[in-house]
Amino acid sequence: MAALLDLFSWLMLLGGVAFSLIGGVGLLRMPDFYTRLHAASVTDTLGAGLILLGLMVQAGWTLVSVKLLLILVFMWFTGPIATHALARAALVDPANPRPLLHEEPPPSKSSSISSC
Amino acid sequence: MFAAAALGILVGMILAMARAVLGPTVYNRILAVNSFGTLTVLLIAVLGFMTGRPDFLDIALVYAFINFISTIAVLKFIRYGDMGWPRNISEEPQDDL
Amino acid sequence: MLHALGLWLFCLGLWLLLSGYFHVTLLLIFGALSCALVVFVAWRTEVIDPEEQPLRLRFNAHILTYWPWLLWQIVLANLDVARRIVDPKLPISPTLITLKPTQRSDLGRVIYANSITLTPGTVTTDLSGDTLEVHALTREGADALLEGDMDRRVTRLEGGR
Repeated sequence: MAALLDLFSWLMLLGGVAFSLIGGVGLLRMPDFYTRLHAASVTDTLGAGLILLGLMVQAGWTLVSVKLLLILVFMWFTGPIATHALARAALVDPANPRPLLHEEPPPSKSSSISSC
Repeated sequence: MFAAAALGILVGMILAMARAVLGPTVYNRILAVNSFGTLTVLLIAVLGFMTGRPDFLDIALVYAFINFISTIAVLKFIRYGDMGWPRNISEEPQDDL
Repeated sequence: MLHALGLWLFCLGLWLLLSGYFHVTLLLIFGALSCALVVFVAWRTEVIDPEEQPLRLRFNAHILTYWPWLLWQIVLANLDVARRIVDPKLPISPTLITLKPTQRSDLGRVIYANSITLTPGTVTTDLSGDTLEVHALTREGADALLEGDMDRRVTRLEGGR
């Protein structure tokens, strides 16, 4: 049982590290600021969540787990606020480039007829 | 095993720092530093378990607070040019930055 | 006065959990005193929340189903965004949309906006009056929001029973 819990927590830790790394890679790969926000939020939500949950499984039912839970809850409550403040500040700043938007392919004749 | 996790988090921190150095605008840099701070909190927590000193978690908690507050403070500073005066959010900044 | 007492009790609970001293009387007294000092400073600087917003959201059964549902949505969205990041072709289609949330209170709208931002792939960029501006990483994510499943759930959460 203990070995199973251990394995479970290691899997969670590894998954959290993997999501953190993917978030970091996305931070480098994404083409503009607004898409990078999404990459950073992968690190903030599931990366942090899985690592802290894995550590909580390691710690068991102790006050250490309570502290880890407090860190997790605090991160999940303030993460969106910081992201929103950042996105809004970037959007209202006239010096900042506008977000790259995906161009819709113009609807072709046949598809519009078939949808009617 | 904790060492492997810490190493992975460190690589993630390097990636975030690369974006902070490369980032073309100030917002990219703030975003990267915010992400870096999140990873720092995780690194401190993992290091506390690695060395068997759970007291590190208090530091991680305080670092999470500081990370959030510093992000908001820096954003307010670059938008309004100062941090001293509470202003209406909807009010546009009067002075040029 | 009630809010000050609530703040004091909250601080005391937090202090107990963080310190872990349950049996040393002197330290317990010091902890209670420092919590009282925090409440005094908050009262002097007038930051004790007068709106009792957290109390107004009545504890109802919907929150017990909303949080697990939101957690599951976050996991799904994370997997989707992670898959798109590691894909060599980078299949993203950034979209900016405006939503009309159906929540009545400010608190409900803030919960909705925060839920949108917490889910990777969608970020609320503006919340003014009764419109929400959302930047989505993909066209599909924006369409899923326009469908309004999360909106309905938050409205039910706000309405109670």
